[in-house]
Amino acid sequence: MSRWLTDPLLTVEGLTMRFGGLTAVSDFHFSVGRGDITALIGPNGAGKTTVFNCITGFYKPTQGRLALARTGVANPVEVEALTRSGRRFATMQSGDLFLLERMADHEIAQRAHVARTFQNIRLFAGMTVLENLIVAQHNALMRASGLTLFGLFNTPGYRRAERAAMARAVGWLERINLVERADDPAGALPYGDQRRLEIARAMCIDPALLCLDEPAAGLNPRESAELTTLLRSIRDDDGVSVLLIEHDMSVVMQVSDHVVVLDYGRKIADGAPQAVREDPKVIAAYLGVDDEAEVIAAESEIAAIAGDSP
Amino acid sequence: MENFLQQLVNGLTLGSIYGLIAIGYTMVFGIIGMVNFAHGDVFMLSAFIALIIFLALTQLLGLASMPVAFLIVLVAAMAFTALWNWAIERVAYRPLRGSFRLAPLISAIGMSIFLSNFVQVVQGPRNKPVPPMFTDLIHLTDGPLGVTMSYKQILIMAVTAALLLGFWFVVQKTALGRAQRACEQDRKMASLLGVDVDRTISLTFVIGAALAAVAGTLYMLYYGVVNFTDGFTPGVKAFTAAVLGGIGSLPGAVIGGLLIGLIETFWSAYFSSDYKDVAAFSVLAVTLIFMPSGLLGRPEVEKV
Amino acid sequence: MAAPLDQKRPDLSRALVDAGFAALVTFGLSFPILALRTEQDMQNRLIVEPRWSWSVIAVMVVFCARLLAGLLSDWRARALAIPGALIAVFGAHMGVTQALTHGAGITALGLALLIGAFALDARLRDAPAPVAAPRAERADRSRLISMAGLAALFLFPFVMLAWLGPQGSLKWINNYGVQILIYVMLGWGLNIVVGLAGLLDLGYVAFYAVGAYTYALLSTTFGLSFWICLPLAGVLAAFWGVILGFPVLRLRGDYLAIVTLAFGEIIRVVLINWTDFSNGYAGISSIPRVTFFGVPFTAADDGFAAMLGLEFTPIHRTIFLYFLILCLALLTNVVTLRLRALPIGRAWEALREDEIACRSLGVNTVNTKLTAFALGAMFGGFAGAFFAVRQNFVSPESFTFIESATILAIVVLGGMGSQIGVALAAVAMIGGTEILRELDFLKQIFGESFDPAQYRMLIFGLAMVVMMIWKPRGLISSRTPSIFLKKRTAVAGSLVREGRG
Ligand SMILES: Nc1ncnc2c1ncn2[C@@H]1O[C@H](COP(=O)(O)OP(=O)(O)OP(=O)(O)O)[C@@H](O)[C@H]1O
Ligand SMILES: [Mg+2]
Repeated sequence: MSRWLTDPLLTVEGLTMRFGGLTAVSDFHFSVGRGDITALIGPNGAGKTTVFNCITGFYKPTQGRLALARTGVANPVEVEALTRSGRRFATMQSGDLFLLERMADHEIAQRAHVARTFQNIRLFAGMTVLENLIVAQHNALMRASGLTLFGLFNTPGYRRAERAAMARAVGWLERINLVERADDPAGALPYGDQRRLEIARAMCIDPALLCLDEPAAGLNPRESAELTTLLRSIRDDDGVSVLLIEHDMSVVMQVSDHVVVLDYGRKIADGAPQAVREDPKVIAAYLGVDDEAEVIAAESEIAAIAGDSP
Repeated sequence: MENFLQQLVNGLTLGSIYGLIAIGYTMVFGIIGMVNFAHGDVFMLSAFIALIIFLALTQLLGLASMPVAFLIVLVAAMAFTALWNWAIERVAYRPLRGSFRLAPLISAIGMSIFLSNFVQVVQGPRNKPVPPMFTDLIHLTDGPLGVTMSYKQILIMAVTAALLLGFWFVVQKTALGRAQRACEQDRKMASLLGVDVDRTISLTFVIGAALAAVAGTLYMLYYGVVNFTDGFTPGVKAFTAAVLGGIGSLPGAVIGGLLIGLIETFWSAYFSSDYKDVAAFSVLAVTLIFMPSGLLGRPEVEKV
Repeated sequence: MAAPLDQKRPDLSRALVDAGFAALVTFGLSFPILALRTEQDMQNRLIVEPRWSWSVIAVMVVFCARLLAGLLSDWRARALAIPGALIAVFGAHMGVTQALTHGAGITALGLALLIGAFALDARLRDAPAPVAAPRAERADRSRLISMAGLAALFLFPFVMLAWLGPQGSLKWINNYGVQILIYVMLGWGLNIVVGLAGLLDLGYVAFYAVGAYTYALLSTTFGLSFWICLPLAGVLAAFWGVILGFPVLRLRGDYLAIVTLAFGEIIRVVLINWTDFSNGYAGISSIPRVTFFGVPFTAADDGFAAMLGLEFTPIHRTIFLYFLILCLALLTNVVTLRLRALPIGRAWEALREDEIACRSLGVNTVNTKLTAFALGAMFGGFAGAFFAVRQNFVSPESFTFIESATILAIVVLGGMGSQIGVALAAVAMIGGTEILRELDFLKQIFGESFDPAQYRMLIFGLAMVVMMIWKPRGLISSRTPSIFLKKRTAVAGSLVREGRG
């Protein structure tokens, strides 16, 4: 049942990230199940975004291994072999295997197909909505344009690739209800639309893993509901695994298959949403209780409440 | 060995001048993120102002005491140059505040072209020789090749050190310095908290110009000749020094200035003076490649 | 230029106080540097002489200008009134001191301008704000305008030739046509780096120099023809672009600026000092002139004129040079426009917008920057080779920082990324400075000792400041999308970012 144990897409082991004296993440282990929506939650400053930055290559982790098995069930022996070989990625018997901590950010997107959005939206504000989605298909188009040479002469092959890119972009615009605004600058869109556009843009790189940093932040309830539908559809229709940072618990509980909780850079809970929600350590972390005795008190309190309302 | 010491003295003298100019670059960059290209020409202008005031004092007013003249010249040059830089900021940069990043840069380049040509038009294109002053030498070591230090050099280093101390005090201990650092961190927040941002920025330009005027006066004294084209090369070198030291860092600017001065002097002494600029710039490029934020600059992590 | 409400009704006393303050500051500024003049006497001693009149003039001019600016609320009215006042004062001055009869006429003209300005201001003050024309219509029109402009560019030398004859048209085709087109091409080349990719390059002139010396050296030492050297110049410049770019393009924006500036200076210093290679300050002269694909432009029997049965005149070569640089510039433009619509061009613009987002989408930012840098350098190299073949002479003097600054100013003033804007800016800046060479008639007004050429760079610098304050985002700040679904609508300049690189 727990896909993150039987068929992990991404396995993070011993991830530690220090900034000078500050340890933002320490010895963090978790995995993302293939085809799951995995939520990474925790109070402000817990280190969630830092974990994302390590996965997507924007920060080099101080320590740790992040193995992504893109096409097949990961085999620990093979991961071990790749680690020792000193290479960044390889095609193993079980499929393509990537060690993300060794790869540069753009390589992670290009080769390992990990896409992401940002906590503070980073659209190309001065480019149109459509252009944003076309830029996301840069590598595919670059290949089709023969590193610009064929493109310069507008060969049929390149034209075909451009049409395909356009079709894909329009397909995504339809899914996020922005076809009408395709030729408007992205910076002129309302906030909620910008959030959805950023997700669509990330989807245009054809990801295996989609990392979303607080996608529901600043959305109104209707937009939140639309977002949950979109996330489910990404998981079910596109078959893309999602790693989600989110503070909005209703969204988390509705869509996620697996929840990992981080507090002060350490993992405090990991499991199915229901189990995590009832974990006293999680509640304590969110309520800001840090004394051991208080945790026990909180735990019994919760047990009492749980007993009252089954 | 003696040559080495001699060059060390010469290099530190030159480096003091670069350091003083570099502070102006680094302060303005720190507070409004702008490369003030006209700063080198403000320095040149200050050298002219110092020269004219010196001549006016000695010729028109008949002042005979050199130290007194020097003191007056220094203070007057600081005041008038500060006024110039204040006006330049007011006219050419303030209207562009908060706009496009390159607009103030182009405006500053235009100002730089304007200033050097203005001085050429109003004072003429020829070299202006300065009557020699403070020419006595002190022999640090004896012998025909002994290390000497002229009173000029001592004066330059002493004035630089004294003014840097004063300046350091202003930036660290006064309300102005606090306002300045606040604006550097976050201009919008500072203004919400009641810091008069416009005034703080104006004062930054005024202080930068005053220090450049000190450099200009000392430059005139040391080289004994000024020309309207003298702003560009020292300006670029000082900017290089600011970047080398880590732009935004005040001690960095001084250290960068001293380093550039030393590199240039030693290169000229031991290799070829033709390529001294190449040496200074190459050191800069190599430093930046291995230390992307300069020697003392805060490493800029881009928070994602 | 929306003035705040309280400024709408000008207030005389406030304007007077303002003007008085400005005049006081001007007096302070002018005191040492204007009011006292240094001069070398017979014994080469420097002496100082008072010259208060200049200071007084400066103070008066600033006072008047500031007062008028305070009294008039609309910038167009100010632009009319301030020159009007100056003309009136000078007219009066001439009428009185030199007893010139046209003094009164000039005064009247100035006064008329002044009165007109006040009338205009009063009208504009109550007029509603103008409404911008619809965008879509504009796009069609701009296409029409560029076609017409292109036709005009091709006809220009012939019209000039027919109108002014071979002698009279030379100046127009050479000093205006060729000179401006060189800068249009350089502007378009640098636009790839600064305008599209958002990388600040302060040493662009270095690549121009590489191109010029490539042709100069290869043609004088190995006798290679221009047509072989032209591509070589581009390749070598691009090569240097990569060599320089590779280590520094990882740096943050401001550092990139200083390193490129330093590189420009290094190249110049090397050209000055490595005399065996470049002949130092003296430069390289007698570089072979351009030929019509092998046919020389000479009076000889195998020359161009003889071949076509025309009478020999040097204007043939100039016209050929004009078309050569026109084609080179158009090539730059066509390639740039085409690249903008390709993945590489979109990646440049995306890089300018947000580098981090680019990396998250798998764009290799170092390679992308490097291609922009190398391509920009390549066009600079082409332009350099053209410069050498046009001048027949190159020396380090032609490749100073001022050149880089001018080209950069053209790009920024044009509106970063806009091809038409850059061309317009080149016409304004280079054409403007050329016109300043022609102000000899001012001698009649200010006397023989007045040399307008002296003021050329001074005005040039001032114009750069004024133009930036007038249009900080450039003449054409809006951005045309590279691809569209239904309708191509320009993106407003305020949304377009300028890049951090
Ligand atoms: N580049 C950096 N340099 C220094 N410290 C950093 C850096 N990035 C993050 N940190 C620190 O690491 C800690 C974790 O930050 P992070 O942004 O990962 O938290 P978060 O869980 O995403 O919080 P939030 O829910 O508020 O987004 C914080 O204390 C933060 O200040
Ligand atoms: Mg976060």
